[in-house]
Amino acid sequence: MSDLQQTPLYDLHLDLGGKMVPFAGYSMPVQYPMGVMKEHLHTRAAAGVFDVSHMGQVMVTGPSWDAVALAFEALVPMNVLGLEDGRQRYGFFTNDAGGIEDDLMFARRGDDLFVVVNAACKEADIARMKAALEPELTVTPITDRALIAVQGPTAGAAIASLDPAADAMRFMDFATLTLDGVEVWASRSGYTGEDGFELSIPEAQVEALVRHLLEIEGVAPIGLGARDSLRLEAGLCLYGNDIDAGTNPVEASLTWAIQKARRAGGDRAGGYPGADAVQAAFETGTARKRVGLAPEGRAPMRDGTPLFDAATGGTQVGEVTSGSFGPTVGGPVAMGYVSEAQAGIDTMLWGEVRGKRLPVTVAKLPFVAANFKR
Amino acid sequence: MKFTEEHEWLRVEGDEIVVGITIHAAEQLGDVVFVELPDEGTTVSKDDEVVVIESVKAASDILAPIDGEIIEVNSTLSDNPALVNDDPQGEAWFFKMKASDPSQMDEFMDEAAYQKFIG
Repeated sequence: MSDLQQTPLYDLHLDLGGKMVPFAGYSMPVQYPMGVMKEHLHTRAAAGVFDVSHMGQVMVTGPSWDAVALAFEALVPMNVLGLEDGRQRYGFFTNDAGGIEDDLMFARRGDDLFVVVNAACKEADIARMKAALEPELTVTPITDRALIAVQGPTAGAAIASLDPAADAMRFMDFATLTLDGVEVWASRSGYTGEDGFELSIPEAQVEALVRHLLEIEGVAPIGLGARDSLRLEAGLCLYGNDIDAGTNPVEASLTWAIQKARRAGGDRAGGYPGADAVQAAFETGTARKRVGLAPEGRAPMRDGTPLFDAATGGTQVGEVTSGSFGPTVGGPVAMGYVSEAQAGIDTMLWGEVRGKRLPVTVAKLPFVAANFKR
Repeated sequence: MKFTEEHEWLRVEGDEIVVGITIHAAEQLGDVVFVELPDEGTTVSKDDEVVVIESVKAASDILAPIDGEIIEVNSTLSDNPALVNDDPQGEAWFFKMKASDPSQMDEFMDEAAYQKFIG
């Protein structure tokens, strides 16, 4: 009755009692019987397995690493050429206005570039890459591999118990591991603020491997609900909410992701879509800025909540773009955009929730300190 | 106990009606993290939004099941919203009402009918 796609782990989700919801065209588990709150806390205390197979996996190949990296640099404001073999970086595709078309992870695998993009954007991303990179390079969507994330303080030990080589990997390392005899492309990364891995696994073997992982003490299945609250506490952007085609990376507070080589005065400054607009934002600042927001009291401030500079009257100075309850924080957490003048930490603002102005403070991100293996 | 199609339960105690949400509704909502209760003494009409419940995922409302006056609220829920998940059909009642027209109660389902309703 529906056109929803299923990941290779769909049957397992049903077996585990997952509550399936439509997400980016896929039927995905929003939670398991444990529930969002306990799943969130479990991930921060032990380890969680997330199915992220709906995301797009793409391999970019060409005559040499330099050719691949330099061509890809025409699409993103990141230093791709300087990426060492077996390393990964966060990045984003920009448009001609300097807006963010999608955010992504890219890893160097020998002379090849392995790219992971958001589910909702993957068709457009693949088209963008093909248009810009082919025929000099080859852009191959990888449709026969599942993608899972294993996150949390015991994730490292869980994966290392299957392949000790995992132990040597540090944050943002990328390597091929052999887990239960299966070749797995592994990066030591994730989107929860915890240590962990993202694993690309041949779809025929993924269910057996995940079932094995779930037998390891402390490893539990975690749904998209907790994935969202975990990434929000970690201060990480959700594409479509916190960043979109109309958001400049400077106002999105993502300048850390633009390496020196691509900034003004760098070896390969500019040369990506909208470079002039991004450079101008670096130099003159932006009217608004993405900030963390800590609502007082217990009421969550959801996305779309308008932010004002006074308890009554005043002017609207911003809007919440992601807001929920943070189970680890033990209270509501949010992020959003506010005018530059209001973006200082500890600035007091008021969010209008159901007609009432409730106090909210501009807060440092992340809400929960990252626990990466550096 | 009577049940509404909005997944509320109503229990008559003398001339008061105690209102909460069903076990089924609490399961569907997931972990409740915030409850906003009405003021005691508020006069409400059937289908007015009287309580806001927020789970980790989303906000939802409880509607007034009948016309009447809110005479008491369960302020325990403001400090301990998780009680809604722990004991939805017991300790976690939301408010007590005095009905303007007690005959409005007649349209609601009994337990067997409600169980059939949620299938």
